[in-house]
Amino acid sequence: MLIKRPSDIREHEVTDFALYQRRREFLKTLGGFALLGASGLPLVAHGKSAFSTDDEPTPYDDIVNYNNFIELGTGKEAPAENAALLKTSPWSVTVDGECAKPGQFTLEDILKPHPTEERIYRLRCVEGWSMVIPWQGFPLAALLKRFQPTSKAKYVSFETLLDRARMPGQKRNPIGWPYTEGLRMDEAMHPLSFIATGLYGATLPAQSGAPLRLVVPWKYGYKSIKSIVRIRFVEQQPATSWSVEVPDEYGFYANVNPEVDHPRWSQRKERRIGEFLKRETLPFNGYAEQVASLYSGMDLRANF
Amino acid sequence: MQIREPYFTKLFKPAVFLLALVPLVLLGLGVWQDTLGANPIEKLTRSLGEWALRFLLLTLLVSPLRRVTGWTQILRLRRMLGLFAFFYATLHLCSYVVLDQFFDWAEIWRDILKRPFITVGMLTFLLLLPLALTSFKLAMRKLGRNWSRLHKLVYPLTMLAVLHFWWLADSKARTDMPLLYTVLLAILLGERLYQAARK
Repeated sequence: MLIKRPSDIREHEVTDFALYQRRREFLKTLGGFALLGASGLPLVAHGKSAFSTDDEPTPYDDIVNYNNFIELGTGKEAPAENAALLKTSPWSVTVDGECAKPGQFTLEDILKPHPTEERIYRLRCVEGWSMVIPWQGFPLAALLKRFQPTSKAKYVSFETLLDRARMPGQKRNPIGWPYTEGLRMDEAMHPLSFIATGLYGATLPAQSGAPLRLVVPWKYGYKSIKSIVRIRFVEQQPATSWSVEVPDEYGFYANVNPEVDHPRWSQRKERRIGEFLKRETLPFNGYAEQVASLYSGMDLRANF
Repeated sequence: MQIREPYFTKLFKPAVFLLALVPLVLLGLGVWQDTLGANPIEKLTRSLGEWALRFLLLTLLVSPLRRVTGWTQILRLRRMLGLFAFFYATLHLCSYVVLDQFFDWAEIWRDILKRPFITVGMLTFLLLLPLALTSFKLAMRKLGRNWSRLHKLVYPLTMLAVLHFWWLADSKARTDMPLLYTVLLAILLGERLYQAARK
């Protein structure tokens, strides 16, 4: 017997496969328009942000076992080994400085209003290696706007938890504690700037900066401060940890730049974790199209 | 203390030789079984360099140990230890040139010129080279008194090796190991200064 039934999808409704393969290109274009409009709204398609890269994500085990987080130990593997010490509840975040709504917030208060999305970002460490990391979280701008920064807020600074019991690396002082980082306000409000609370769809592990961390993908990794307990709006450029400790090696801006070498090594290339041959490092870590305009007219060699 | 012949030559020395190969075997296994972590090339390069430095320090330990214990036989291990230092230093350099830079000579040359820790590392290797090349009996005989003068290079080159390690480390965060080797080297060199002052 022949059963005649129309198919669920008719021929003209099926997306051409070649077009389907270019879907991210399309979304990226959309993303570009969104940036032009400076709407700051994330474009989400099937839960994945238009800002995500198509690069192959680094395996989870490599991401969580090769970390620079000296509060949890100085070796690359030490943060994973000491991760259990960093208890993340209770956790609170203090917001102060030049804003209309400062206060002390529980982690839940901080996270609750924000729907999470995935961002697959490249991460380039100043040491010359890189990874591709699927973060979950929300745009930093959405968080900062809640506190209504005033016109005096030209910069925002962040601090990591200071607690010798939970952060055994703080028993010694290779750098001044707590770890402090900062962004110019327009950098912080850029749609690429992100607060991560998850990794590979799971809760962010301690060694990756639980319970919440900054991710600024066009800057060297040390800007992306972990385990944040304080957010402060300030008028002057804040003193940031590495730029204070070793000012000739680490700058405030720390934009990924293959043309500006670190004094002790070249920044032209990077080893993507898991790959044998080094890759060429891209200006602004491949995000130049989105962020280069933030720095127009600036001498990137002087402001490294 | 003395080990009776032929046990020293036939057993003890070969045992030290095999023991000196253990780090290489372990690193080889690590590469083979992929247990060197997320960045195996970095781990391999650094481990090989650290073993080169350890063998340099072991080489420098020989005469103080002889003076303290009176165990003269140990002098017969010194050449082998020194050659192992050269062996691991060569592998360390190869690891950098082949695995890390993959023969990117332009980048390597820039590294040598601009990066102080690479400059010092290369210089260390260049100083080590003539010592390895003149470690054979014929060279010793031909060079005569100049042989021991030449081999005094081991002191500055080991200092340079430690400096190479210092300058590689982050300025402040990861200085434990460079500090440890500095202290060990200071003890080994200090003992020599003490001996010289006593004479």
